[in-house]
Amino acid sequence: MSNLKIFFGTRLGIISVGAFIGILATLLQKWGNPPNMGICVACFERDIAGALGLHRAAVVQYIRPEIIGFVFGSLIAAYAFKEFRPRVGSAPIVRFILGFFAMIGALVFLGCPWRALLRLAGGDGNAIFGLAGLAAGVAVGVLFLKNGYNLGRNQKTYVSVGWILPLIMATLFAFLIFAPLMGDGGKSGPIFFSEKGPGSMHAPIAISLIIGLAIGFLAQRTRFCTMGALRDIVLIRNFHLASGVFALLIAAFITNLILDQFHAGFSGQPAAQTNQLWNFLGMSLAGLAFALAGGCPGRQLFMAGEGDGDAAIFVLGMIVGAGFSHNFSLASSPAGVGFYGPHAVIIGLLVCFYVGITMREKTI
Amino acid sequence: MAEQVDARGLSCPQPVILAHQKMKELKKGTFEVMVDTDTSCENIRRLAKNEGWEVEETKKTQDSGYVLILRKE
Repeated sequence: MSNLKIFFGTRLGIISVGAFIGILATLLQKWGNPPNMGICVACFERDIAGALGLHRAAVVQYIRPEIIGFVFGSLIAAYAFKEFRPRVGSAPIVRFILGFFAMIGALVFLGCPWRALLRLAGGDGNAIFGLAGLAAGVAVGVLFLKNGYNLGRNQKTYVSVGWILPLIMATLFAFLIFAPLMGDGGKSGPIFFSEKGPGSMHAPIAISLIIGLAIGFLAQRTRFCTMGALRDIVLIRNFHLASGVFALLIAAFITNLILDQFHAGFSGQPAAQTNQLWNFLGMSLAGLAFALAGGCPGRQLFMAGEGDGDAAIFVLGMIVGAGFSHNFSLASSPAGVGFYGPHAVIIGLLVCFYVGITMREKTI
Repeated sequence: MAEQVDARGLSCPQPVILAHQKMKELKKGTFEVMVDTDTSCENIRRLAKNEGWEVEETKKTQDSGYVLILRKE
């Protein structure tokens, strides 16, 4: 066990896990998930929000087992390696708001950082602008961090608190399997499942869940984080996490070539829009919110699985943000940027600046 | 008493930032970093290696945290 623990902490460990994620995410597309969307934490949480009726965009509604697997995989790893540490109380309301606006920004670009990498690996040139925006957002977040930004200390709490998000995920899994009709007095949904569009495209439940569990387990062990990768380069010139992210990109690219899933270009890319200014600014907002909250959406799920209640609040903020994104015409679609998307991105950036500037401690 | 950085309860990347600041302030010598997660412990070790500091000792505390003693000649 201890040798395994050491391996996961090495450069080879993080590269192996990054490559593993890249290959499996790309295979998930082959097995039914939407193109260039083998795994997308933002899109999949948005699909969950839709399945629960928190938004009514009929093409993006499904309870994605990968998300459930991420939390439980991390939970299993945390228990197996004695790292389950229930903790909470580091500005939870701020984390909720950061999750909320992170989702809004991600849905203007149409993807989380993982999907940005998968889109690039599939030949989608628009992803370059999203990734550049992500880097810019994280760099601004680092400036705040260097100037004393801090959400304060968390506190140890009851084990049961650390189990809240896993229990919510277990409930979601039950909804996925049984799809109870509880609307209109028991006559209709929710739960809603898309009949066409990206939400209708999914790998078999067992495959999605098992891959989610495996990735959750390995990502918890290696602390895989796309935002952390960029942040550590800017902050301390460390490339450890970045090597894992780079491995994901290369592995997904090669797997796409093998599976004939690589199609280079800008227009006509699956679940993508070509307004590069808002691709850039949408992901800038997401990157800044991730940096201020201390992790990309995947990492927030893995931390929640370790018992971090603040990360769980960020996840819930993202799911609620997805509901607002579609109900308020903020989310983009292949037709272009949502009517109020740019307004929401600007408001989100202002909120993040408000958080970054005002929440500073001179002495800790 | 050795210089101390108490990073317990702080989420990523605060422990690394505080330890990094202490390294810049001291330039050399010895200081302790207190953390309460394995992730923070690993991050501090990686930072130390990056910045040319030696992790002289890693002590596990009663509350499942760690105290790392960092040194640079």
